[in-house]
Amino acid sequence: MVLNFISGLLESAIRTGCPIMLCGLGCLFCSKSGIINFAMEGVMTMGAFFAVFGSYLTGNPWIGLLMGIAAGVVSNFILGIMAITVKVNQVVVGAGLNSLCIGLSSYLLTVCYPDGVPSQVTGFSYVTLKSLASVPIIGVIFNEQVLTYIAFLCVPAIAFIINKTSFGMALRACGEQPHAADSLGINVVRKRYTAILISGIFGGLGGAALSLGQLSVFSVGMVAGRGYMAWSAVTIGRYGPVGVMLASLLFGLASALQVRMQAIGIAIPSQFFSMFPYVLTMIVLVSVVGRTVGPKAIGKPFIKGER
Amino acid sequence: MTVKIGKAEVEVKKRKKKNGFIYKFSGILIAFVLVLLITALIIALSGKNPLMAFSYMFQGAFSTEYNIGETIIKTCPLLLCSLGLCICYRAGLTSIGAEGQMAMGGLMATIAGVYFTSLPRAVLIPVCMIMGMIGGGVWAGIVGYLKAKWGISEIINTIMMNYIAAYIVTYMCSGPIQEPPYTFIQSSQLQSSAFLTKLIQGTRIHGGVILAFVSIFIVYFLLWKSPLGYQMRAVGLNQAAARTSGINVTKNLILSMALSGVFCGLAGAVEIMGLHHRLMPGFTSNLGFDAMAIALLGGLHPLGATVASLFFGALRAGASTMQHAMQVPASLVDIIQGLVVILVLTQHVFSDFVIRITSSKKRLARVEKEE
Amino acid sequence: MKQKGYRRMEEYILEMKGITKVFGSLVADDCVNFNLRRGEVHALLGENGAGKTTLMNVLYGIYHADGGEIFYKGKKIELENSRDAIRAGIGMVHQHFMLVPPMTVLENIILGQSDNLKRVDLKTPREKVAELCDTYGLQLDLDEKVSNLSVGEQQRVELIKALYRGAEILILDEPTAVLTPNEVKELFVILKQFVKQGKSIILISHKLWEVKRISDRCTVLRSGKLIGTVNTCDVEEGDMASMMVGKKVTLKYNKTPVLSDEPILKVDKMSAKGLNLASTLKEISFEIKKGEIVGIAGVDGNGQNTLGNALMGLMPISGGTISFDGTDITNMPTRDRLKEGFSFIPEDRMTQGLVMDFTLSENYILDRYETAPFTTKNIFFHSNAVCDYGEKLTKEYDVRPDDTEAYAKSLSGGNQQKVILARVLSSNPKLIIAMQPTRGLDIGASEFVHERLLQVKQKKAGVLLISADLDEILAVADRVLVINEGHFMGEFVPGAITYEKIGLMMGGMKQEAEEVNA
Repeated sequence: MVLNFISGLLESAIRTGCPIMLCGLGCLFCSKSGIINFAMEGVMTMGAFFAVFGSYLTGNPWIGLLMGIAAGVVSNFILGIMAITVKVNQVVVGAGLNSLCIGLSSYLLTVCYPDGVPSQVTGFSYVTLKSLASVPIIGVIFNEQVLTYIAFLCVPAIAFIINKTSFGMALRACGEQPHAADSLGINVVRKRYTAILISGIFGGLGGAALSLGQLSVFSVGMVAGRGYMAWSAVTIGRYGPVGVMLASLLFGLASALQVRMQAIGIAIPSQFFSMFPYVLTMIVLVSVVGRTVGPKAIGKPFIKGER
Repeated sequence: MTVKIGKAEVEVKKRKKKNGFIYKFSGILIAFVLVLLITALIIALSGKNPLMAFSYMFQGAFSTEYNIGETIIKTCPLLLCSLGLCICYRAGLTSIGAEGQMAMGGLMATIAGVYFTSLPRAVLIPVCMIMGMIGGGVWAGIVGYLKAKWGISEIINTIMMNYIAAYIVTYMCSGPIQEPPYTFIQSSQLQSSAFLTKLIQGTRIHGGVILAFVSIFIVYFLLWKSPLGYQMRAVGLNQAAARTSGINVTKNLILSMALSGVFCGLAGAVEIMGLHHRLMPGFTSNLGFDAMAIALLGGLHPLGATVASLFFGALRAGASTMQHAMQVPASLVDIIQGLVVILVLTQHVFSDFVIRITSSKKRLARVEKEE
Repeated sequence: MKQKGYRRMEEYILEMKGITKVFGSLVADDCVNFNLRRGEVHALLGENGAGKTTLMNVLYGIYHADGGEIFYKGKKIELENSRDAIRAGIGMVHQHFMLVPPMTVLENIILGQSDNLKRVDLKTPREKVAELCDTYGLQLDLDEKVSNLSVGEQQRVELIKALYRGAEILILDEPTAVLTPNEVKELFVILKQFVKQGKSIILISHKLWEVKRISDRCTVLRSGKLIGTVNTCDVEEGDMASMMVGKKVTLKYNKTPVLSDEPILKVDKMSAKGLNLASTLKEISFEIKKGEIVGIAGVDGNGQNTLGNALMGLMPISGGTISFDGTDITNMPTRDRLKEGFSFIPEDRMTQGLVMDFTLSENYILDRYETAPFTTKNIFFHSNAVCDYGEKLTKEYDVRPDDTEAYAKSLSGGNQQKVILARVLSSNPKLIIAMQPTRGLDIGASEFVHERLLQVKQKKAGVLLISADLDEILAVADRVLVINEGHFMGEFVPGAITYEKIGLMMGGMKQEAEEVNA
C-alpha cells in the first residue's frame, strides 16, 4: 500500500513537474545571459493555447507542438525587445506581457473556435520503456509521454552546453560581466537574443506539455501560476539545470501531495494544499537569502561603453 | 500647484518644472494611442469592426444614467488600488499585490460586517472599513518587511501572496464563514447596517465612491506635502543617498508597502460593503492587475491615476455591452491592460522622439549631456 | 642601406592621424595626432577628461572616430569593434578590469576565442599560457577563481590575456591606480620584459612621477587637444604638469594654524569589517582637534571607505569606541550623528551624495527635511520654503546654472559637488568627513572645495579629509595619517618628511618612532 502510494506520488510529481521544468530551463537560459524572464506565465499560456489549436486544426499533435513552440518564441521575443533594445524594467514588462498573453489566449478562445471549444483534441500517447518499467516503485516513471522523456533528457544536455562549451562560457560572461564579454568581442546583444529564443522554445514546449501533453485541452487560467513557479525554480535551483529540475519536481510533488492527502482522508481543506506551492516558494526565498548568488548583471540592460 | 500670494519668481520656477513634465506626458499619450491602434487591429483581425466595438463600449459606459453609474462604481476600487500603488511605486517598490491585499481587505470587512452584531451603524461602517484597511495593510506589510530586512523581491512575493490570499478567501467561504445551508461558496450576507448607502437612485453608486475621491487628495498630500512622502520619494529615487543622509530606509520601505496595502484593503472592503454585500471568491476579478497598469499609465501621480482609472472603469463597464452586441469577448480589456503596461514602459522612447522633433539644438545638447 | 624615409615609416608601428571624437556637444578628442614606435613605452598624459581614454578606446575599437585615420604597421586599418583590434594585435588593460569574477584565470584568458557547442579545450591553452608566463616572468594560478585574486594578480591576468591573443601593442589605462608601491615596482619589471620581447606599450596616466620613471616619450592632451609630444628625458615633472594643466601649477594654500587643543573626535581602537581583508579596519585610534584638518593618505582600497562609512554610522563597528565632543556615539544611528553635528561628503556623489532625479532644492534638504521651516508639526511639508532655501544656497555657493528647480542630474560634476558642499557647510557642522571631495573636478572646482574646507577651521570645526590624491592632502591638511591594510602606518606634518617616506608608508612600511614630526 505504502509502496503504491510512493510510486503514484512519484509519477504524479514527474507529470506535474515536467511543464514547470521545461519553462524553468527556459528561464534559466535567460538568467544566465542576464535577463530576468518574468513572462513565462504568459509565454507558457500562449504555448499551451497554440499547441491545442494546432492539433485541433490538423489532428496531428506534433504540428500542434510546433505551433506551440512558435507561439512561445514570438511571445518571448516581445520580452526580448523590451528588455534588450528598449531597455525597460524587465520584471514589470514581464508582468505586463503575462496579462497580455493571458488576455489574448482567452480572447482567441472565442475567436478561433467559432463552433465552440472542443472538449478534447488529439494529444500525445504514452510510451512505456518495458524493461525499465518493471522495476519496482520507480518503474512507474518509465511510462510517460515522449515529451516528458525529451524534457528530462534536456537537463544533462543543457548542463553540458552551459558549463562545458565556449557558447555557454560566452553566455555566462554576458550574465556576469557583460562589459568584459563585450571587450573580448562577444556580441552581448546577440547572445541575449539567442537566450531569449531558446527560452521561448522551452516556454512553448512547457505550455504544450501542459495542455496537449497532459489534458489535451486548453482552458482559461489553466496555467495557474506555473510560470511563476518556473521562475522560482531557477532561484531555488541555484541557477543550475539540475537544480531547476529538482525544484520543479518539488513543486510537482507538492501538487501531487495535495490530491493524495485528500484521498487518504486527511482532513485538511484542499485550499491549503493549493496554497502550498506558493507558500513553499516564499519559504525557500527566505531560506536562500544571502546564499544564492545569481549572475551578477542580471536584470540590468546592457549599454555599450558605459561602466 | 499651490498658489502662494506674491513672489512671482516662485510661479516662474513652477512653470520651468513643467517642461520635463510635458515631454513625459506626450510620451504616455503616444503610448496610449498605440494601445488603441493595436487593439483596433486585433478586433479587425477577428473580423469585426473596431469603431463599432469602441462605440458599443462607450455606450455601455456612458449612455444611460445607470451605465454611468456602473462606470463610476467600477472606477472606485481601481482608483483606490492605483492610488495605493502610486505610494509604493514612488518608494521604489514594484508591488503586484493589489489583488491579494484587496481580497484580504474584503475578508476582514466581511468578518466585521457579519459577526460584529452589537454595533450601531455609525460605528459598524467605520469599523468594517478599518478592518479592511488593516487586512490589506498587514498583507502588504509582510512583503515590505521581507524586502526591507532580507532584500527578497517584492514582485515575486506579492504575486505569491495574491494566490495565497485567493485560496484563503475560497477556504473561508467554503468553511468557517460559509452561508448556511452550505450550498454556495460564499459568506453570509453582511448585516444591513453594514451596507453602504446608495447615493443616487437608479444607479449602484455607493458611499465608497466618496472615499475614493477623497483619497486622491490624501495621497497627493502624503506624497508631496508631507515629510513622510519626501522620504519615500527620496528612497524610491536613490536608496543609497537617502541612507547616507540619515533617512531610515527600512522603515520607509515597510511603511510604503503597508500604506499601499491600506488603500487596496479599503478598496476590497468598499466593494463588499457597497456592491456585493457578501464575500465571494474572485470578487476582485483581476482589478489588481488593472491597478498596476493604471498607476503606470497615470505616471504614478494621483491625477493621472484618476484619469486612467476612469478610462479602465469605462472599459470594464462597457465591455459586457460590447460582448453582447458584437460577440467581441470582454477579455479584450485584459489585452488592453497588458498593452498599456508594455507600451507605457516604452514611453521614454516616445518622449525622446518628441524632444528630438520639437527641440532647439541647445536643448538637444543638454538632453544628451544628461545621458 | 635602407632609405631614411622608409626607415622612419617602419619606425612607427602605429600612427593615429587627426582623430576626432564627439559625444553630442562635447568634443572629447579634437584632431589628435599620436604615434608609437616599436619597442617604446609611450605615455599618454593628461587630467581627467583630457581625452586620453577616449583616444585609446577609439584605437581599441570601442568607439568609432568621427574623423581621422589609423595606420598600423604602415597600413591603414578600420576597426569595427574590439575583436578587430585584438585580431590586429592591439591589446588593452582597462582601469576597471574586464574580468569575469566567478570564472577561473584560464577561462578568463580564453574567453571569447571560440563560440560553438563543442566541448571547450582547456589543455592546449593551458600549455600556451604557461609558456607565456615563463617568458615574461609572471606567476599565475590558472585554476583559481578570479574573485579570489588580489588586484595586482588580476592585473597580471589581464596582461596575459592580451598577450595570449597576440598583442603587439599593449594599452594600459591608469595601471597603477589600484596597486601598492610594491606591486607597482613588480609591474614596471614586467613591462620592461615586454619591451625586451619587442612589444610596444602605451601608458595612460595622470601621475607625473610614474611617467618620468618608465616612459620613453610622452604625449600630453588637454581638453581633447594635443598639446605636444616630448622625449621624457628632456623634460621635468614641472614642465609636464604645466603642459597638462596649462598654467604654472602651485597647490599652495594659506594654512592657518590649528586654534584649539580640544578634540572634537576621538576614535579608540575601532575595528570594522570591510569588503575584503585589506580594507578591514584593525583597531585604529586617532583624534581630530577642533579646527584641525586631518588627512588620511593611502592607496584606494586600504580601509578609507570603511573608515568614512563607519564614522558616519553607515557600517557596523566590530570593536572600539567613537566619541564626539565628549559624547560616546559608537552606537548612534546616522541620522542622530548628523543632528549632533557630523556631516559627510560621500565618495560617490551620484550614488551616495545626491538624488539625481530630485531638484536642487530638494537635494539641499536631504538631511534636514523634517525640521522647520520645511516641516511643521511633523505633518506639513512646505515646498515653497524648500524652494526659497534652495535659491539662497544656490546663490551663496554659486551653483550653475542657477535654476533651483532643475534636476540634479543636469548639472556638471563640479556643480553637483557644490550642491553637496552647500548642504554640508550650511548645517554649521562641527565635523566634516570629506571623502575624495575633488574627484573628477577640474582645478577651479577643486580650489573652491579646498578653500571652503580651510575656511571651516575658523569656526573650530574639524575636517577628516580622505583622499587618494596625495598632493591635495599635503596642500590642505594640518596633519596626515597614512593608512595601509586597515592600519595607520604613521603620522606626519606636511613638509616634514619626504615623498619617498610617505610612499613607503603607503606601501606598508611602518614608520620608525623617531621619524615622527621632526
